[in-house]
Amino acid sequence: MRFSALKILTEGLSGNGGWTPHWGNPDPKPEYDAVIIGGGGHGLATAYYMAKNHGFTNIAVLEKGYLGGGNVGRNTTIVRANYVLPGNSEFYSHSLKLWEGLEDELNYNVMHSQRGVINLFHSDGQRDAAARRGNAMINQGDDAILLDRAGVRKILPYLNFEQERFPIYGGLYHKRGGTARHDAVAWGYARGADRLGVDLIQNCEVTGIDSRNGKVTGVQTTRGAIKAGRVGMIAAGRSGQVAAMAGMRLPIESHVLQAFVTEGLKPCIDHVVTFGMGHFYISQSDKGGLVFGGDLDLYASYAQRGNLPAVEHVIEAGVTLMPMIGKSRLLRSWGGIMDMSPDGSPIIDHTAVEGLFLNCGWCYGGFKAVPASGWCMAHLMATNRPHKVAERFRLDRFETGRGLLDEEGTGSQHNLH
Amino acid sequence: MRIDCPLCGARDRREFYYKGDALALNRPAADVPAEIWNAYLHLRDNPASLTRELWYHETGCAAWLVVTRNVSTHAILSVVLARDEAAEGMS
Repeated sequence: MRFSALKILTEGLSGNGGWTPHWGNPDPKPEYDAVIIGGGGHGLATAYYMAKNHGFTNIAVLEKGYLGGGNVGRNTTIVRANYVLPGNSEFYSHSLKLWEGLEDELNYNVMHSQRGVINLFHSDGQRDAAARRGNAMINQGDDAILLDRAGVRKILPYLNFEQERFPIYGGLYHKRGGTARHDAVAWGYARGADRLGVDLIQNCEVTGIDSRNGKVTGVQTTRGAIKAGRVGMIAAGRSGQVAAMAGMRLPIESHVLQAFVTEGLKPCIDHVVTFGMGHFYISQSDKGGLVFGGDLDLYASYAQRGNLPAVEHVIEAGVTLMPMIGKSRLLRSWGGIMDMSPDGSPIIDHTAVEGLFLNCGWCYGGFKAVPASGWCMAHLMATNRPHKVAERFRLDRFETGRGLLDEEGTGSQHNLH
Repeated sequence: MRIDCPLCGARDRREFYYKGDALALNRPAADVPAEIWNAYLHLRDNPASLTRELWYHETGCAAWLVVTRNVSTHAILSVVLARDEAAEGMS
């Protein structure tokens, strides 16, 4: 079933009885050409592009819960390509281009909204860094505008320009950045993969990874053994437990990051605004809720909920930056489990076991990466070679020290990102 | 979250700085192979249950603490001085 305006019209006039499930609910087969562990955004996108770009249709996605029930359904939906380092820059640029064609590609409304992202800066030094970042973005072929204080005031008049601690000097404006409907991205890729023949298997937890003579041979699951010559581990915050089944320890610590949404309000915040110095960023959903977040709670956690000090810190920063939001009422907060790497950048690579591939380390920036991560992971799993825009996301960069991707310039060490 | 400092008593989480896995108590010798340093600096068990971690009582007594914690429930099981743990490790 394809979605179209005509279909909506005819269904609307005939009682909406003709809509069918978006994907099937198959039982696992005993053997596939490839299995993907993890039915989140990255896993589903990988399955979709393996089928679409590489012709792998005898593959399965194994999800221990339900599709899209992890971080892809728990994030703050920001899409951007404002990276500076070679390695990150071309990857996120590729991802943004995929976002721009995603709704046509998937025939699915992911509500991609290029409303613009503005990163505020608060000193001469930060302005220089923003100018350098903007130039790197333009050199990559993307867009960036350096706004001065008056330029920010013109488009964000509601900010507090009088604050003493972090006076607003200007902002880096990335017009093609914005937001998307997070659940719809998972659903769109799931539906697309299902239509291409991929088996999406839910309530199926992987309990073991089998290998023989250094080659992967399949997985053990709560729904039986499945043979496969290629296995992709795409488990985000749970990557450590999955990799342990293959005898690996990863350069990953799992931390909790909280996010918040207010009651629905009339449109008032038209962009994504980030206040890095205060640890706060915000946008407004199409439903009207103010969606915002800040920094990690800064301790290891798998609890999918955080503690009050981080809540207080984020809201203090928000009310400092835009006092008007102090009148809105918080509807709910939640936490996601972030797979934090030492340098803050991801890993898409082979492992020491032939046919076993790793995709993790997205830290708190995995959502915008979903299309390109899937694209590049599919390329790696199908061809056994890294895709050229993801070839620097190497697992061995921490041991060798070569090609570290420390985008924030804070050091390559756990607890610094 | 409150942490029961052996010197100061139970204090708010905001008084503490989080370092990470307590493996820093087992720092390798300078001349061991790179993979041992890689394991020490980067690789983590990252369990979803009990962890032994280093916390620093930054705005209290400035002691380094070894905290045993369940990272799935945030329950704290024990807090001891890192000094005592390190001394035990060497004996």
